[in-house]
Amino acid sequence: MAELGEADEAELQRLVAAEQQKAQFTAQVHHFMELCWDKCVEKPGYRLDSRTENSLSSCVDCFIDTTLAITGRFAQIVQKGGQ
Amino acid sequence: MTRNSNLFAFPKSRCQEGLDSGKHCGVKSGGLPEFFALLENGTMSHGERLRLDPGVIMEQMKVQIAVANAQELLQRMTDKCFRKCIGKPGGSLNNSEQKCIAMCMDRYMDAWNTVSRAYNSRLQRERANM
Repeated sequence: MAELGEADEAELQRLVAAEQQKAQFTAQVHHFMELCWDKCVEKPGYRLDSRTENSLSSCVDCFIDTTLAITGRFAQIVQKGGQ
Repeated sequence: MTRNSNLFAFPKSRCQEGLDSGKHCGVKSGGLPEFFALLENGTMSHGERLRLDPGVIMEQMKVQIAVANAQELLQRMTDKCFRKCIGKPGGSLNNSEQKCIAMCMDRYMDAWNTVSRAYNSRLQRERANM
């Protein structure tokens, strides 16, 4: 079986890492959709109105803020528990 | 990061782009049939050995990722649109249900793009603040 040269191997690792990052982004978008579609979209119409679009954008921000709030507070709880 | 989220970003094969003079361009039809053939065979057509260079490997990887993404998208879309459009399940899908499904699919993809853009913006903002 043919082998990759060192330079090729390094290049491949770089490219794979880039693809992994893209894949993580996509997976996260799927997750957002799971939550935000239900919150923001009522009956699917002929287009997304601006209220729905704003709701979807806000939903993403709110979810991220929630994540930050939870991880932050959890760190405090764990820290207090350790004392 | 995806700036304009091309949901179905099936990468153009190197054959289609005119790179690689015919080494693995055995499958004449381009696009979907070609990369499904690549996926199935796992090797190049006409008994060509798999050339291990990063470009070829990445091409196959991108294709596999794109296919997996499309499958994920379809599964979630189906779920959501079933919930939105099908009330009391009848014998078969009536006209309004079918129309609802079609619109739902389009709106789902619109929403996907909106969410993708919002997430991308947020990531850039966070990076700018670091």
